[in-house]
Amino acid sequence: MTSAARDFESSQDINIEKKMDSSRILDVGFVRLTLVLSIFAGILLILVILQTTEAALPAIQQFGLEFLVTSRWNPVENIFGVLPQIYGTLMTSLVALVFAVPLGIGTAIFLTEDFAPKWITVPIGFAIELIVAIPSVVLGLWGIFVLIPAVRPIFRAINESMKWFPLFGGPAPRGPSLLIVSLVLSIMICPIIASITRSTFESLPRNLRDGALALGATRWETILTVMIPAGLSGIVSSIMLAMGRALGETMVAAMISGNANRINISLMQPGSTITGLIASQFGEAGRLQVSALMYAGVVLMILTLVVNVLAEIVIRRFQNLEQ
Amino acid sequence: MRSLLPISVLSLAALAVGSLGTAPARAQTIQISGAGATFAAPLLQRWFDAYNRTVNPNVQVSYQSVGSGAGLEQYINGTVDFGASEGPMNEKNNRSRFENFVAKFGYKPLQLPLAGGAIEFAYNLPGIGDEELILKRETYCGIVTGEIDKWNDIRIKAQNPTLVDRLPDLPITWVHRSDGSGTTFVFTNHINAACPNWPSGVGTSVEWPVGIGAQGNEGVAATIKQEPGAIGYVNQSFAKLEKMDTARLENKAGKIVSFSTEAASAALDAPVPEDFALLVPDPEGPDHYPIVGLFWVMVYREYRNEALLNALVDVFKWTQGPEGQAITRELDYIPMPDSVIKRIFAELDAITVNPNAVR
Repeated sequence: MTSAARDFESSQDINIEKKMDSSRILDVGFVRLTLVLSIFAGILLILVILQTTEAALPAIQQFGLEFLVTSRWNPVENIFGVLPQIYGTLMTSLVALVFAVPLGIGTAIFLTEDFAPKWITVPIGFAIELIVAIPSVVLGLWGIFVLIPAVRPIFRAINESMKWFPLFGGPAPRGPSLLIVSLVLSIMICPIIASITRSTFESLPRNLRDGALALGATRWETILTVMIPAGLSGIVSSIMLAMGRALGETMVAAMISGNANRINISLMQPGSTITGLIASQFGEAGRLQVSALMYAGVVLMILTLVVNVLAEIVIRRFQNLEQ
Repeated sequence: MRSLLPISVLSLAALAVGSLGTAPARAQTIQISGAGATFAAPLLQRWFDAYNRTVNPNVQVSYQSVGSGAGLEQYINGTVDFGASEGPMNEKNNRSRFENFVAKFGYKPLQLPLAGGAIEFAYNLPGIGDEELILKRETYCGIVTGEIDKWNDIRIKAQNPTLVDRLPDLPITWVHRSDGSGTTFVFTNHINAACPNWPSGVGTSVEWPVGIGAQGNEGVAATIKQEPGAIGYVNQSFAKLEKMDTARLENKAGKIVSFSTEAASAALDAPVPEDFALLVPDPEGPDHYPIVGLFWVMVYREYRNEALLNALVDVFKWTQGPEGQAITRELDYIPMPDSVIKRIFAELDAITVNPNAVR
């Protein structure tokens, strides 16, 4: 036994140099592997963009930039434009954020700032993260069969009393509308904001909070003037991630936006989004129509890119502020 | 243990014999793949399933209802054994696809109508039941163009003397398909012919002047059921399945007709042109149901594999036989008349085997 152990030890001593060598090879190899994988991801993205653009080329040549300001979608006469869809995409995402941001941040504060005992916050935290697991087609069906009948009287009342306000105007609201899409989207993206903001708050140093309290700040003063500014970059990036999700959501938009390819300023009227348009028309599309749908996809990608770049700028600015 | 041994040997032997027996049969299993029209999907899938179960278990036809546009593309690209479409492919309809096909294959596409269907107006009006509502031409034209927007409009009242007190003070919510669909093609094909003020032409998706778009027949049905005052169009088989209230319509001869297989099949009983591309946008007879259309399966004139060709021909012939037509009637589709079936059989028999064919 003992001799065997000694043998083992001595052989270990001899192998140390070799081992360092092999671990170094492993190290370098791993770095190279991750490099290749990340380059691969980049190439994939570029390929997707290139091929979509290539498929969109006939439509780009025919319609040019007018595509962005034309509000007609007529497959019979081959007149295509996505202004109503751009409006619908941006508006539904923005309004969804209006609902989801306070809700998400509020939830995160409630879950991290010792407002309630653990046996309450832990199940709530779980439940919120489970919302992400609901398939969007199920949320869409829920929208059609539960949410629309439930909110219709409320929408009608708002429409009746605030007709002068363009976003709530138009004839009496019926079922599907942009605002319904926004509501369902806000349910889908709220967990993203809540969980990222929550981990941001949890990762903030404890003494930041303690210091503020020691200086005599109330709990709310601590949250509003210390915690939120300190966690701002995390909060903003959670919002941007949520916005990206909202911009790209397809099934819900196709199911409950009303798919009206006309421009309607009012949120209470049927509208449509770029993703909804692509999903619903792709199967039966004629040749130029497919190309126009691809063009719409390119527009959406650029739109998302612009939003992300803006987000990056905003985050940088806030980070400077923190320093 | 010892007594078990002979039994297990025996059963092993039996297994071996059994697998030997089934091996050649399994090797002969023929897979046919098709893609296309959603309008015809319920019927095609029933047919192929019944054929596989009752006629020849070695022939398996898989049909993907990806939409007729996508079906035609796959047919042109040669990635399926047959396509299906609610709109024909010739010099007039689907022109660019037609030219593309002829350039690639060197012959005209072979399109065979296997059955017809009809479109009904389904509505949700509290207190007004199935087939109670009458829609004259100017009324349904007014509804789809947005000219008539209230159910108690004087024009609707004048045509429905029995419903004068019951027509509600509700806005009309027009519900249409948001996805491209052969149902929309057949519907707009009629509206374009019947309504002088219809602006949007004919297509699987069109620019609707008014209304809410819903996804699929199911989406249209759900939206109509949710919304008092809603009216939309669905195919006859679906209206029956969902037990929806449907309207009686005025036809070109000025008569009021409700949907029946007889009225629809009378409407489709017109001389079928040589390429089978029969469109009846506005049937003329007094007992004709006004909104009807056919669907076509698109097959090649040359196949590489003889066994596949024979199976394909046999399946399509079977769908036009007594068992196939019984299923057609059961689902409320409209069987083809005998004269057309004879021509379909002749075309099917003329398909040849060519080792260099695309498919």
